Amino acid sequence: MTDPADLTIAEAGALLRAGDLTAVDLLDAVRRRASMTEAILHGYLTIDHAGASEVAAEADAALARGEDRGPLHGIPLALKDNMVTRGVETTAASRILAGWVPPYDATVVQRLRAAGAVIYGKTNLDEFAMGSSTENSAYGTSRNPWDPDRVPGGSSGGSAAAVAVGSAFGALGSDTGGSIRQPAALCGVVGMKPTYGLVSRYGLIAFASSLDQIGPFGRTVEDAAMLFEAITGHDPFDATSSPGPVPAVRASLDGGVDGLRIGVLSELASEGVEPSVASAFQDTLERLGAAGAIIEEVSLPTTKHALSAYYLIAPAECSANLARFDGVRYGPRIDGPNVEQMMAATRRDGFGPEVTRRILLGTYALSAGYYDAFYGQAQRVRTLVVREFAAAYERFDALVTPTSPTTAFPVGSRADDPLAMYVSDVCTIPSNLSGDPAISVPVGLDEAGLPIGFQVLGPALRDDTVFRVARAVESLVGFEARPALATSEGAA
Amino acid sequence: MTYEAVIGIETHVELGTRSKMFCRCPVDFGAEPNTNVCPVCLGLPGALPVPNRQAIEWTIALGSALGATIATNSVFHRKNYFYADLPKNYQISQYDVPLCVGGHLDVDVDGTTARVGITRVHLEEDTGKSSHLGGDGRIHGAEAVRIDFNRSGIPLMEVVTEPDIRSPEVARAYAQELQSMVIALGVSDARLEEGSMRFDANVSLRPHGTETLGTKVEVKNMNSMRSLHRALSYEIDRQTKLLDSGGTIAQETRHWDEANGRTDPGRSKEESSDYRYFQEPDLLPLEIPDEMIDALVGALPELPAARRDRLTELGVDPASAQTIVSGDLIGLLDDAVAAGADPRAAGNWLAGEVTAHLNRHGGDPMSLHLDGPGLAELCGMVAAAELSATAAKEVLAGVLAGEGPPRAVAEARDLMQVSDEGALGAVVEAVLAEHAAEVARLRDGEERLVGFLVGKVMAASGGKADPALASELIRRLAGS
Repeated sequence: MTDPADLTIAEAGALLRAGDLTAVDLLDAVRRRASMTEAILHGYLTIDHAGASEVAAEADAALARGEDRGPLHGIPLALKDNMVTRGVETTAASRILAGWVPPYDATVVQRLRAAGAVIYGKTNLDEFAMGSSTENSAYGTSRNPWDPDRVPGGSSGGSAAAVAVGSAFGALGSDTGGSIRQPAALCGVVGMKPTYGLVSRYGLIAFASSLDQIGPFGRTVEDAAMLFEAITGHDPFDATSSPGPVPAVRASLDGGVDGLRIGVLSELASEGVEPSVASAFQDTLERLGAAGAIIEEVSLPTTKHALSAYYLIAPAECSANLARFDGVRYGPRIDGPNVEQMMAATRRDGFGPEVTRRILLGTYALSAGYYDAFYGQAQRVRTLVVREFAAAYERFDALVTPTSPTTAFPVGSRADDPLAMYVSDVCTIPSNLSGDPAISVPVGLDEAGLPIGFQVLGPALRDDTVFRVARAVESLVGFEARPALATSEGAA
Repeated sequence: MTYEAVIGIETHVELGTRSKMFCRCPVDFGAEPNTNVCPVCLGLPGALPVPNRQAIEWTIALGSALGATIATNSVFHRKNYFYADLPKNYQISQYDVPLCVGGHLDVDVDGTTARVGITRVHLEEDTGKSSHLGGDGRIHGAEAVRIDFNRSGIPLMEVVTEPDIRSPEVARAYAQELQSMVIALGVSDARLEEGSMRFDANVSLRPHGTETLGTKVEVKNMNSMRSLHRALSYEIDRQTKLLDSGGTIAQETRHWDEANGRTDPGRSKEESSDYRYFQEPDLLPLEIPDEMIDALVGALPELPAARRDRLTELGVDPASAQTIVSGDLIGLLDDAVAAGADPRAAGNWLAGEVTAHLNRHGGDPMSLHLDGPGLAELCGMVAAAELSATAAKEVLAGVLAGEGPPRAVAEARDLMQVSDEGALGAVVEAVLAEHAAEVARLRDGEERLVGFLVGKVMAASGGKADPALASELIRRLAGS
């Protein structure tokens, strides 16, 4: 029999309801897998053994009583450690929050709990979600399950790695410039960024408020869709939460692509893209075409400036969002002769170099005399990006690009070159600026055996289209490879 | 040289909404420190603001009352600065698109009307409150800082004037009129002593007849109308002397020291120059539909100027009308008049004894033991000569002390005036019998002795005699 840790959420749910497995069995399987892999992967920062055991047992008892809370009932999941969990340490992988135990649950956490999910642990990330490799974590780098010498991507690298290796059935990440989709691509799993506003940000430790979006990781598109449906919906605690109805995505998952108009973003699908990635991308396009999709190239010239705009807007917002970490109310405090110097010493000690760099960048971009040239200009570019996408969606149902121009890169290879690291996000950033939904789905392996991701973008609130195209890609490509670490031989 | 003072006033008003500006914590001024707090107003990681609709409506209402233009699309900004009592180290405020722009407030000083232009009215959140232990009580040198975040996030409305004010008297009149306005709208208790209404003033001088503005000094920490007036007078005097002696004015913030009657330099401006304002990404722009503005304007209560005019037309003394309106006593007056009171008499009681009582004991008009019918009863008893003026004061004191309605108090305290001819006649006869010599002189035409005899009757009745009736009876019985 398959190790339960390798089941999809849909399969595990069916076995659970058939009485062949219990939620406690699923949790045990995840525990065994984690104990085999964590020493190498370091996907988790905190594992909530006691809490998870209690919830799993309760889930079994509830099912026995005939109470079924839906597809996530009894399923062990992981959360990126920038979502606050009541009673469970939450650090955003920063020293400045070492030991902080939140007094409240993020809205997504409440929703997962209400859906009967078992929250197994909190996964590693680049400090405050700033990075593309998890190398910026204050608590050690996570590794790629396909090759532990390589990064899992980031910033949600721990979540992607855990789902890929089976130490969680699914996970949540956050995506500010590609932080769900890029690690999903690099780890060979599905990662989705919903339309901005569909998932509440309440309880997500903010990096850049106008760009941050929580979204799901799954080993299949269907699993990701189940998580999507559990966490979306209006939240009165988030003023930017979308008040309207949430598109039902699972119902139309198998609608296929026949007759769909799909645009290939020429600026992002060619330049700087590794040959193996380009080839897998082309191959997928051909399969989509054969399945009846109408494929055309489309040029969105301002997307070339999206990266620069992003690296002004995101740091500007982060410079204010991270101002609250001052040693006054929570987190470690480095004392000083007065309050100002205490705050300065605490922040100097508590933030890592990348976070410090972005705070400085953002502070500069907002300063008197520079605001118009930097932040103001970046906002104007953002407006143009939004308009260009809107115009493109008059002609196309979906747009596609490779998720990342490259496959997973070696640990340390870009750590000293911020600009090279920033370019990792060139394909994913535009949909954060536009606020539109996007998904990454694995479509193959390169010569080194590393996964390649295919990105589908759609118009705002057409998350259903994005899921439907991704599901079509998944079934047309038939990607079924699993990382070596996910088998007991690999971990040995 | 003679100088003209140029004064602008920024007023912060804590709104009396049920909950805070961006979270559901109650607005409650008496609570134990750090009990009305939540992740949002403590600035915990992950918490997000959600704007309070009531606070927005009230700000629009005040703006409308001041004749401001209401923005159809208004925006919140982050104002960035590090301070221990500011939990997020930025304040959610408004910058270039405030809710209300323009407008004015007319104030009367010594019979002259001065128009004070309003620059803007915007909405923001209040900070926590720090207390510094040890050292000199300021943040520098303190051994410890204690912070109470109950105040953090309370909605704060800021009203900024144009530099239109030319004297401390106009400044005070403006502050009083704005306070009356806020009270009339019912959006804040507007208490200066408790900090729910706070004034900062920008003061500069320029030679009379010139137009260029001088260097301005910001004066803070004025906790009463009186200290606002005193601080501005002091500051104008200080700047005048400095300029006359060839000195220059430093652009700075100065704190009013009430005990010593002077302003002292505080934080210098260069420490706080760049707030790096940018649009608050956690909040959407506020769309204010015309129907919402129309509804708020339609629901505006009678404003202070109109209230004063109406009271004066009813016959209330103008000075009393001012006191009644600014003291939020107009409801009581209207109730009393509706219950049959003479407006002028009721107005005199409210502006006099009742205001003095409130000033002495604090508390708000709602908590008084006096209602409109009670006040009408008191006025009626005086008019019907059932109470003398002196006795009426005593009765009112009893009513305000919670002893009951006027008639009951007058009876319990035995203060009812004796106006019954029979009862009083007996007293008068006795007095006349005792003072036969004076009665004889009165009969001979020595008129002033009526007053003497009335005094004796009053004394004999324990002050309860109706003097007019006593006088009449004396004349009749003496046969003068």
